[in-house]
Amino acid sequence: MAEITLDKVVKKYGGLDVVHGIDLQIAHEEFVVLVGPSGCGKSTTLRMIAGLEDISGGLVKIGDRVVNDLPPRKRNISMVFQNYALYPHMNVRENLGFGLKIAGEATASIVKRVDEAAEILGLTPLLDRTPAELSGGQRQRVAMGRAIVRRPDVFLFDEPLSNLDAKLRGQMRAEIKKLHQKVRTTVVYVTHDQVEAMTLADRIVVMRDGRIEQVGSPMDVFNHPRTTFVATFIGSPPMNLLPATISGGAVRLADGTAVPIPDRLSDRVHEGRRVTLGIRPDDISPVGHGLSQDGPGAEVEMEVELAEPLGMESLIYTRLAGQEVQAKLYGPRLVQPGERLSFRMALDRAHLFDAETGRSVRED
Amino acid sequence: MPFWRRESAIPYLLLLPALAIMALVVAFPLIFSLYTSFTGYRLVRPDSLYDWVGLRNYSRILQDYDFWVAFGRTVLFLTVVLNVEFLLGLGIALLINRITWGQRTLRTIMMFPMMFSPILVGFQFKFMFNDNIGIVNNALQSLGLSDGAIAWLVDGKLAFFSIAFAEVWMSTSVFAILLLAGLFAMPRDPLEAAKVDGCNAWQTFRHITLPFLMPFAYIAMAIRSLDVARAYDIVTVMTDGGPAGRTELLWTLIARVGYDNSRMGLANAMAYVSTILSILFTWYFYRKLVAARRYMGGAQ
Repeated sequence: MAEITLDKVVKKYGGLDVVHGIDLQIAHEEFVVLVGPSGCGKSTTLRMIAGLEDISGGLVKIGDRVVNDLPPRKRNISMVFQNYALYPHMNVRENLGFGLKIAGEATASIVKRVDEAAEILGLTPLLDRTPAELSGGQRQRVAMGRAIVRRPDVFLFDEPLSNLDAKLRGQMRAEIKKLHQKVRTTVVYVTHDQVEAMTLADRIVVMRDGRIEQVGSPMDVFNHPRTTFVATFIGSPPMNLLPATISGGAVRLADGTAVPIPDRLSDRVHEGRRVTLGIRPDDISPVGHGLSQDGPGAEVEMEVELAEPLGMESLIYTRLAGQEVQAKLYGPRLVQPGERLSFRMALDRAHLFDAETGRSVRED
Repeated sequence: MPFWRRESAIPYLLLLPALAIMALVVAFPLIFSLYTSFTGYRLVRPDSLYDWVGLRNYSRILQDYDFWVAFGRTVLFLTVVLNVEFLLGLGIALLINRITWGQRTLRTIMMFPMMFSPILVGFQFKFMFNDNIGIVNNALQSLGLSDGAIAWLVDGKLAFFSIAFAEVWMSTSVFAILLLAGLFAMPRDPLEAAKVDGCNAWQTFRHITLPFLMPFAYIAMAIRSLDVARAYDIVTVMTDGGPAGRTELLWTLIARVGYDNSRMGLANAMAYVSTILSILFTWYFYRKLVAARRYMGGAQ
């Protein structure tokens, strides 16, 4: 059993606080993704779990053991690094077996386990090559093989796919998911890519400036962002945010456009409150070209500034109340810049955030 | 049109000065010395230059006990000096690599011994190891570690040690500098991966750091093996190959045969045999280097 517990974990570099007291519980066999922009402390947190960074304050537990002062080799973890970190002077077989050799495993058992891991990851034909003779994706697979061969309690992944090209990244993402289903181990995975976070995670931890912004299942974080930061970070293209005021029983934008208050939020706001209206591009579409035609909504006329056809859909850049707004057009129709169209904003998935704190009004 | 006026001749004409100089300063002396090694050439009898003796010089070398003793001693000297310099240089590089403050200054200071002429280094150590007035014996006696005067430069084994000591003092920094450059170039990720893989500090060094540094060590060894194999100045100053030939190395022997005994033909033959030694060492280290670089290339 390997739950991981972070209890008010702090990291300081000299006088600079990088991680400000993080609390997190990770269950046995859970796949948790730490996601956030660069410099948010996600990698530092992972490296503290690994034992590669000293912990300045708080407790890190793996299972029942406090591991604060244990060196990495005593934590029974394995880690996959962004730059693969293969041993350049060893071939694939030696790379995979190195940890077992150091642990003093019998040769026969090393051979067996290396062969098993190579089989799982499709590395069998590459066993005698050196890392210099492998492609990026193959090196990444060797790095993962090296991690699984030791049967650790915890897998740590530090942006493992960010050096790969887009197509390969998609493939490897699927392989990591399959791998987790096969070997069922607790995983902590760090990435700045929200797509990886959404697709891989059992639970997403969104971090910002050394603090946890929101923890939840991917759909929960997507559907109920607690702050404007999470709202714009998770989901692509990002959620549109429009400053507004509650006035006359409606959400009134800066230019006076009135949008009805979404039903489920009506009891959360009072007259005169300054808010931010959050609405995803998927929920703004030219009339007749959206996902949902019924339900509460509002119609506004806007001018197309730019259209990016993506095949099945087009991304439309337009402007509302002086703000750039992204909308989506579903169905085949070419749109030209300068065209004025009537857009429908579907409000059943719209969000309201407090203008001061940036927190969702549902949190009040 | 004559060949030298054609356009296709221009590259050759332009190369001609360089070729002429190369022939003058490299090819001619090389061929001339090779030729003299087949003659009974003596410096004091110029006409002996035409005294062709075939392979007699070489066959004489094969049976020359003194030559092979000097040859073996040179190989031993090379082996001892290179290994000690490697180990010390590695230690210094690892220590300096850990320093965070004043590292540049220390790197510069470390190179001071390389800035002195080997002759001066030789004189310095000749003084230090002198049995009567030397500082080494003085220190040993003051500390009560020895009550007599140790004959550092007279006893064959001690003299060998003293010369090796001077050589190591002067050139360990060649290893230290190159190995330090290796440590600076070393990626941090494999070290961290090794820690996670279960290595303690020694195992990380043994299995990850050291293999990464070996190409740098081989470069240093190739350079230093050429350097040490031609050792002459320090030895001449400190012991002049003596006493009674007990520290004679190849080049002190060759110089003695060529200039003191003026048997230049025989000396040149010896020089050609010695060159083979240098080539063998360099070739060995170069092969090791190529093998080590094959897996390092483009791995990261």
